[in-house]
Amino acid sequence: MEYVSIFLKSAFIENMVLAYFLGMCSYLAVSKSVKTAFGLGLAVIFVLGITMPINWLINTYLLADGVVIAGVDLSFLRFIIFIAVIASMVQLVEMIIEKFSPSLYNSLGIFLPLITVNCAILGGSLFMVSRSYGFGMSVTYGLGSGFGWFLAIIAIAAIREKLRYSDVPPALRGLGMAFILTGLMGIAFMSLMGIDPSAY
Amino acid sequence: MKKIIKFLERIEPDKKKSPLLHTVFDGFHTFLFAPNSVTGKSGVQIRDGMDLKRQMVFVVIAMQLCYLFGTYNIGHQHFAALGMYTDIFDFQGIHLKLAYGLVQLLPIFVVAHVVGLGVEFFYAAKKGHPIEEGFLVTGALIPLIMPPDIPLWILALAVLFAVIIGKEAFGGTGMNILNIALLARVFVFFAYPTTISGDEAWVAGLTQASEGGVSTYGMFETFVHEWVFNPMFSMLGLDQFAASGTQAVVDGYTGATPLALAFQSGWDGVESAGYTFSEIFWGWIPGSIGETSKPLIIIGGIMLLVTRIASWRIMLSMLVGGFLMALIMNGWEATPFMEVPAHYQIFMGSFLFAMVFMATDPVTATSTNTGKYIYGFLIGMIGMIIRVMNPAYPEGWMLAILFLNVFAPLIDHYVLQANISRRLKRAANA
Repeated sequence: MEYVSIFLKSAFIENMVLAYFLGMCSYLAVSKSVKTAFGLGLAVIFVLGITMPINWLINTYLLADGVVIAGVDLSFLRFIIFIAVIASMVQLVEMIIEKFSPSLYNSLGIFLPLITVNCAILGGSLFMVSRSYGFGMSVTYGLGSGFGWFLAIIAIAAIREKLRYSDVPPALRGLGMAFILTGLMGIAFMSLMGIDPSAY
Repeated sequence: MKKIIKFLERIEPDKKKSPLLHTVFDGFHTFLFAPNSVTGKSGVQIRDGMDLKRQMVFVVIAMQLCYLFGTYNIGHQHFAALGMYTDIFDFQGIHLKLAYGLVQLLPIFVVAHVVGLGVEFFYAAKKGHPIEEGFLVTGALIPLIMPPDIPLWILALAVLFAVIIGKEAFGGTGMNILNIALLARVFVFFAYPTTISGDEAWVAGLTQASEGGVSTYGMFETFVHEWVFNPMFSMLGLDQFAASGTQAVVDGYTGATPLALAFQSGWDGVESAGYTFSEIFWGWIPGSIGETSKPLIIIGGIMLLVTRIASWRIMLSMLVGGFLMALIMNGWEATPFMEVPAHYQIFMGSFLFAMVFMATDPVTATSTNTGKYIYGFLIGMIGMIIRVMNPAYPEGWMLAILFLNVFAPLIDHYVLQANISRRLKRAANA
């Protein structure tokens, strides 16, 4: 039940994009068509789901206070090691996608390696540390927040596909509209804010 | 009739010289008379007398009963809180209640329309296209979903925000992603939460909705009461309005809505506060102006269904979704609110109003038939979850509909994709 509540909370209630506004760069840049957004969303779920437990292991068994050598706190290395883990995982994803879906690989372009600096992913790892999740919980949290990101990006991609037929004022076309849309979607996602799934 | 047309032709302003005047004229002209354009020999569109304006006007007509009831109920709730004319149709007080409701409702109605239509006219003239009729329904809906005591400047801001950001930025009528009326309400809800939540908000004209409160009338209301209604009533020998501050709220009155009570202590709490199911059903309860009376909403819904302006698929699936979720919660029984029987849940709050007038908005809902089932069903489920499980919001439908508005294009996209791949498969097999 605890896992379900963490999953729901990270996917809907504390959505990475629409509640914390993390990971905006690729969210805004790759949301022009549902198909590519779907691919990038899956990649983010994968990266989040796999880096989170690895980072948890490293954090708990290497970096925590006094684990390696008594009296030495290595947690100042947290950022750099987390980013190294994320970068290597993204390399892995890149190779997999290039092998199995070259077309998706081409349409994602530069934004695939840029998942490395997608703040949602580093943010997820840091949230996991500051909220002191356990191992299983960090896996769930990774998958849940990845799913929330995925949901947000395919939703905005579908809306932007529809908007192609609208008479948007010229100054707002493209990114301007994407920003307004993100704000409005944030309002809609506030509907679930305040629910505490662990209370039931 | 011919005279009116002649008159309109005579006063038609020149399009080149005064574009703004011409758009205004054109808007009213097509509002009164269907345009005379017919299906041409070439071209693929079929032109019909039943154009968008006629459809919109019909939706507005379907809401009129709610307006009538809302007007009376504002007055009824106000006087019931003061302990006067507590019977619903107290013969001594009918005229007072109606007059009071009118004085409350009319400014809201006028402000919503002046601001909304002003923006609409402005953009129509600026872009050089005829006035779009989109605001007719929105403008009629907004007063119905606002609390009776809402300050007019907040209302004006909300309408401005909703029409400009929610509609004109997206390219005008028919292009908006979120329901504009709900966007206006959600703006008030998040920007000025004290005006639209809590027990105080839902009964008009009290300093506080509990013991110790007194009646309070603003300058405009006092003026109208003193100089228009009171002389009229005294001439007819009827009861008159008292001055501001002279009447006190009766002992033990709280102004709590049934939903707020049910959240705290379930159906027992609702009943012990003196609400009966029939009162909730007929709508003699505090609430947003137009959402309380269920039979009149149902009549409006039937009108929309018979004329096929609203989609029965959305209504039905939303009813099923909400009812099913309420049943699941009946079985779950984690909080007192969850134990409220599912058939009561349907009639509480604004479920029916949202189902009939809000969720069925053809612009923001899904446009595929399968998509409509999914859309309505999810609104029902999520709205019930927000109502019962989210302590931050007293009611869920406004936010649930906005939530699904965001996902409607996505649902449509996947319904279409599924259809395409199915037909491709069929073609490949043939």
